[in-house]
Amino acid sequence: MIWSWIPSNGALIWQLTRENIYIGVVSALIGLAISLPLGIVAARWRWFNPPALTAVSLIYAIPAIALMIALIPALGLTDTNVIVALALFSLCVILPNVVAGLRGVPASVRQAATAMGYGPLRRLVMVELPLAVPVIMGGLRVGMVSSISLATVGQLIGVSTLGYLFIDGLQRSFPTPIYVGMVLIIAIAVGCDLVLVGVRRLLTPWVARS
Amino acid sequence: MSFFSYAWDWVTQSANWHGPGSIPQQFLAHIGYSVLPLLIAALIGIPAGVAIGHTGRGSVAAVNVANSWRAIPTLGLLTLLVVYLGFSFVTWLLPLVVLAIPPILVNAYEGVAGVDPEVRDAAKGAGMTSWQEVTRVEVPIALPLIMVGLRTAAIFVVATATIAAYIGLGGLGRFIFDGLASYQYGPVAGGALLVAILAVFVLGFFAVLTRLVVPAGLRKQGKTE
Repeated sequence: MIWSWIPSNGALIWQLTRENIYIGVVSALIGLAISLPLGIVAARWRWFNPPALTAVSLIYAIPAIALMIALIPALGLTDTNVIVALALFSLCVILPNVVAGLRGVPASVRQAATAMGYGPLRRLVMVELPLAVPVIMGGLRVGMVSSISLATVGQLIGVSTLGYLFIDGLQRSFPTPIYVGMVLIIAIAVGCDLVLVGVRRLLTPWVARS
Repeated sequence: MSFFSYAWDWVTQSANWHGPGSIPQQFLAHIGYSVLPLLIAALIGIPAGVAIGHTGRGSVAAVNVANSWRAIPTLGLLTLLVVYLGFSFVTWLLPLVVLAIPPILVNAYEGVAGVDPEVRDAAKGAGMTSWQEVTRVEVPIALPLIMVGLRTAAIFVVATATIAAYIGLGGLGRFIFDGLASYQYGPVAGGALLVAILAVFVLGFFAVLTRLVVPAGLRKQGKTE
């Protein structure tokens, strides 16, 4: 470990960190944005559930590098390629949680909302989705942490992330950048995870803190 | 041309099916590189998870590991070991084992910890020793989740073994990284397709295995996973 390497490469490290955060966070949020409507459909119409969950487990089984390679003809060696691949993986962990969260709303609560004059849409937005937030957030946390870490695989097809530091360190047999990259990835993942925990608390003030 | 036409053209070339480093060889090698770490991880992860679930000791640590293991960048771990130790048996095996343990351990823990207390009491009431309670009651009830953990780990290991080709491991990842190094998309696409097919095989294998080992009375519970 050569500590002086860090300040002398500060600009590079900062740029790679930003790129890695961008790819990881954006892909997880896209995964969430697609999971919500799909999950609402799957929770309401049961026939949609088995094919959706099968598709999700199939996609999730595909190694990240293979999926990124499959997207090359369509998207090239770009950020978009890695974001689409990671958004798909995020979708795979978030969608089942959206379905489980909405299904977990007690029937008595739904009936109470209906009795108070809530229509289906208003009941969904005002009652069911808020109650499903803790479970959905659980999925989003896994999706975001995985995306941040898996973004480094994008470096293998030439997309700039903190994975650059791993490859740089390997090619020069110089461990310092690898340590820096690993510590930053874990720090970013933990930081984003804490933010999501905070957001969940804001969205669900009625849940007891543990 | 699309990904599939590139991949198909390459996979169907008969030259790629014979000799050293051919598709069948690398396919089998990839399975070998995945099975060994998975077995070692299962031998460590299942007993440890069952012990934590049975005693309740260390459960906080287990849950934290469950939440954080996905943050570890596998590429970083692999490159770091190679820089220190060069490419060797340890360099690829150790990261694969270490990264496969968390999902196995955590699912075994959750499976055993989730056993209905009344069922435990019934086991004790029937005169079972602690060991009998674990092996005859808790582990069978936890099997659906233990299988989920093994499947998750297997999929993770197959993917990580692909990336380990970057540091010199054989297997299907060789086609990908050798192709990338020589700017040929054919083998890259073909290797990616074969890895995806292997991953789907793994899913199917665990679906069958789960069906075989999970007691009939628990199958409905396993399906919800």
